[in-house]
Amino acid sequence: MSAHLIQDEPDTRNVLDRTTQGIIGKPLSRPDGLLKVTGTATYASEYDIEGCLEGVLVTAPFAKGEVTSIDDSSVTGMPGVVAVLNDKRMTPRAIQGTAGEAPHTGLCKVDYWGQPIALVVAETFEQARDAAKHLEIEFNSEDAIFDPAACTPEPDDDPTRQGDLGKAMSDAEHSVDLKFTTESHASAAMEPHAAIAQWDGDTLTVHASLQMLNYNISELADAMKLDESKVRLVARYVGGGFGSKLGVSQDIVAASVATMQLGRPVRVVMSRQQVFQNVMRRSETSQRLRLAVDHHGKLTAFGHEALVSNLPEEDFAEPVLQSSHFLYAGKNRLLQSETARIHRMTAGSVRAPGEAVGMPVLEAAMGELAEKAGIDPVQLRLDNIPTKHPATGKPFGSHKLAECLQRGAEAFGWDGSDRTPRQRREGEWWIGTGMASAARVHNVGEAKARVTLHDDGTAKVETDMTDIGTGTYTILGQIAGEMLGLSQSDVLTELGDTRFPRGPGSGGSWGAASAGSAVFVACEALREEIAQKIGQPVDALTFKDGLVSWDDGSVILADIANGENFTKEGHFEPGDIAEDYTASGFGAFFAEVAVNRWTGETRVRRMTGAFGFGRVLNAKTARSQCLGGMVWCIGSALTESLMFDPTDGHLVNPDLAEYHVPVNRDVPDLDVLLVEERDAVASPIQAKGIGELGMCGGAGAIANAIYNACGARLYVFPMTPDKVLAAMPVD
Amino acid sequence: MALNINGNSFDLPNDPRTSLLDFIRREAGLTGSKKGCDHGQCGACTVIVNGERINSCLTLAVMHDGCSVTTIEGLGTLAEPSALQKAFVDHDGYQCGYCTPGQICSATAMLDEIKAGMPSDATDDITAAPTLTDEEIRERMSGNLCRCGAYPNIVAAIREVAGEAT
Repeated sequence: MSAHLIQDEPDTRNVLDRTTQGIIGKPLSRPDGLLKVTGTATYASEYDIEGCLEGVLVTAPFAKGEVTSIDDSSVTGMPGVVAVLNDKRMTPRAIQGTAGEAPHTGLCKVDYWGQPIALVVAETFEQARDAAKHLEIEFNSEDAIFDPAACTPEPDDDPTRQGDLGKAMSDAEHSVDLKFTTESHASAAMEPHAAIAQWDGDTLTVHASLQMLNYNISELADAMKLDESKVRLVARYVGGGFGSKLGVSQDIVAASVATMQLGRPVRVVMSRQQVFQNVMRRSETSQRLRLAVDHHGKLTAFGHEALVSNLPEEDFAEPVLQSSHFLYAGKNRLLQSETARIHRMTAGSVRAPGEAVGMPVLEAAMGELAEKAGIDPVQLRLDNIPTKHPATGKPFGSHKLAECLQRGAEAFGWDGSDRTPRQRREGEWWIGTGMASAARVHNVGEAKARVTLHDDGTAKVETDMTDIGTGTYTILGQIAGEMLGLSQSDVLTELGDTRFPRGPGSGGSWGAASAGSAVFVACEALREEIAQKIGQPVDALTFKDGLVSWDDGSVILADIANGENFTKEGHFEPGDIAEDYTASGFGAFFAEVAVNRWTGETRVRRMTGAFGFGRVLNAKTARSQCLGGMVWCIGSALTESLMFDPTDGHLVNPDLAEYHVPVNRDVPDLDVLLVEERDAVASPIQAKGIGELGMCGGAGAIANAIYNACGARLYVFPMTPDKVLAAMPVD
Repeated sequence: MALNINGNSFDLPNDPRTSLLDFIRREAGLTGSKKGCDHGQCGACTVIVNGERINSCLTLAVMHDGCSVTTIEGLGTLAEPSALQKAFVDHDGYQCGYCTPGQICSATAMLDEIKAGMPSDATDDITAAPTLTDEEIRERMSGNLCRCGAYPNIVAAIREVAGEAT
C-alpha cells in the first residue's frame, strides 16, 4: 500500500515528459478558484461552531520585565466575560519554522513590546475586546537594548574564508567596498492569525491559519503536553503565510488552553496590530560588500558580511549570505554573519529569508562595480558564473542564470553599452534602467501523500500539505491527472488536515517539489499495480482520458477498478543527493523606473523577470508566484520598513496604513519569462521551488535603475523619497 | 429596525458595538466578506451598500437600518458566478483568496462609478467622462490590498470584463 522513494541519484527519466494526458505544466485555472471568488472557501476563523467563545489577547505595554500580577476581578464582572487566562503552557513567542517543539512557554516573563500576557474570554467578541482593554495588570519593567549596533554581536561559528580578501582587494584593477543597511520587514499576510480550538475530553481539534501542519502538530502537542495522536490540525484555506505561519503562533496555544480549561470551543483571532507586534519580523541587516575584478572583468575578491538580530534564545538568524556562497566565482572569499541580541519581537522567516535582503545588496554592489570597471552589468554577471560551488566544489543541478540573463535582457530591450546616469528626462521625471541576478536555494523535504483511484474512474489526492495561495490544490491534481491519464476535473485534491499523510508543508519554496514528488511516487505505484492487473509492463502502457492502452489493446480505467478502490501512499525522501549537489533556482530582473526630480518619488514603470526553476508544473500559478515576488521587490526597494521606537522598543507602524505594502497603482504590468528546464537533482519530478525566487534580487535592479535614472546612489533599503532626494545630484 | 443583505432581511444587533462586517460574518453567517485589518486599511471587507462600495469594518451595523447590502455571496454563486468572478478565476486574479471577495465587490462598484462619470486621481480631465485605462483601474483599486501581489492579474480580469461591458 505504501511506496517509498529515497532519491540518492539524479532522476533523468523525466517520466512526466513521457506521459500523454498533456495537462502537466499547462496554465490550468485553480480548482479552488470558484470557491475563493464566491466567498465560499472557509478560512480558519470562519467555521460555524455552536457555543463558541471568543478570546482576545492582552499584550504587554513594555519591552522587557515581568508581569507581577493580573487582577482578574477587574474584568470578570463585566458583561459576558467568562475567564481570564494566564497559563504556563501559553506561548509568548511565535514558534520558528520547522521547530517541531514549543521552546518558550509562560507569559509572565516579557521580552518584547506587545508580547501576549493574558487571554480574556467572553461570550461575544465585543465583550472580550472591551474586557481585554480594561484588564488591570502590574509589572516591573527593565532597561533593554533595542539597537543592534549597541551590543556586542555573537560571531559566525562557520565563516567562509578562502585566499586573502584584503590582498585581492588592494591588488585589483577595480573594486568596491560598500556598506548597506536594510530595514525590518513584515509578512503582512492578509488573513490575520486565527484559531478555533475544540476539546472533546479526549482530542484537541484546532482550525488554524498555518503553513506546516506536520511540524505544527508537534509544536502544539509539546506546548499542551498532549500526545500527538490527541491533536488534530485543520488548515484547508490559508490567507497568505509568507513565513509568518510556519510555526504555531500564540493565538493557537491560547485558544487550546482556553478550550481545555473551559470545556467550550474558543476562537482567538489576532488583531492586525497584534499580528505586526508579535508574530515575526525579518531582521534588519547591516551588510558590507567587498568585490574586485581583474582587467578581464573576472571577480578576484568576494566579501559579503552581515549583522542581523534576534531575541535572546532564538536559533534563527536571517541567512543573508545564503546565495552569495555560490552565485559568483572569485578565489579570495570572506562570508560571515553576526547576530545581535536585542528586544524587538522574534525575528524569523519572512518570504525568501536571506536572499530577500542579501541579494538586492549584492546586486546593487555588482551594479556599482560594473560601472567602475566600465562593463555592461549583464556581461559582468555572465563572466562570473561559477561552474561549481566556489567553496564546497559541489556541482550544480541545473543552472539557468546565463540563459535568464540573456533572455531577460532581450525581452526587456536592455542596452548595456552606455550606463551613464541622468541621460533621459521626461518632464519632471528622470528615467533609468537597472538589472540584477536572482538566486534562491532549492529546498526539498520528506513527504507523504495518498492517492486513491475510485471505481468510477476518478482519483483523490490527500496530504496534510497546505495551499497558502501558491497553487498546491492545482499542481497536485495536475501531477496525479498526468500520471493516471485523467482530466483536471476527475482528480479531487484534499489538503490541510493532519489526518492525511504528512509532509513538510509550505515554506522555503519546498512544498511543490516535496508534496508533488510524494504524489508522483504514489501514482507510479498505482500505475505499476494497474500494469500487473493487465499483465503488461508499465512502460508499454499509455494512460490518457481515463483509458489505459497498449500495443494491441485498451481498457477503461474504471473497469480495471471493477468495483474496487486502489489506494497507494507515496513516501518521498531526499537522500544523499541533497549532500552531493548545489541546487538553486536562478533568474534575472530588469527594471525601468521614473524618479521625480522635485520629490524623489520613484515609480517602477516596467519590470521583466526571467526565471529557471526546474519543471514548470502549472504555467499560470507559477507565473503568479513570480508576479507576487516581483511585487515584493517593489515593496522592499521603495516602501517597506518596520520602525521601532529607540527609547521603549515599541513598533511604531504596526498596521497596514503605516507599514506600506505595494498597492495596485504601485505595480505596472510585469513581464515574466518562465525559462523551462529539467532539474534531475531537485526532485523526481524535476521541479524546484518558485514561491520566493521572484523576490530574490529584484530590489537591487530597482536600486540600480534609480542610480541610472537620477544619479542617486543609495546604500539603504527601502529607498524612500526623502533618501532619494537627499542623494540626488543638483541639476 | 432591519437591514437587507443579499435580499434577506436581518434584525439589527442588540450590541451597538457590532461592526457591519462582524454582523455580516457572524449574525448573517456570510463569511465571504473578510476581516484583514478592522481599521479600513486593507479593503478585504468591502461590500456594496445602496450601490456604493464601503469598508464594512469602518461602520456599525446599527447605522444601517433600512439599507440594502450586497456581499460577495450576493454577486454570484458557484453555479452562476458573475462575469468578474469568472474573470478572476481565468486570469488568476488572486492567490490566497483572502482579499478576493473585497477586490471583486470593489471592482463591481468601481465599474459603476466609471459609468456614472466619477473622476479619480488618474483622470486627466475631470470634466470629461473618464475612460477605463489601466491606470484608472489601478488607482481606483488601490484601496484593496493584495499581499500575494496579484495586481497585474486583477487589472487584467477587470479590463476584460469592462471591455465586454462597453
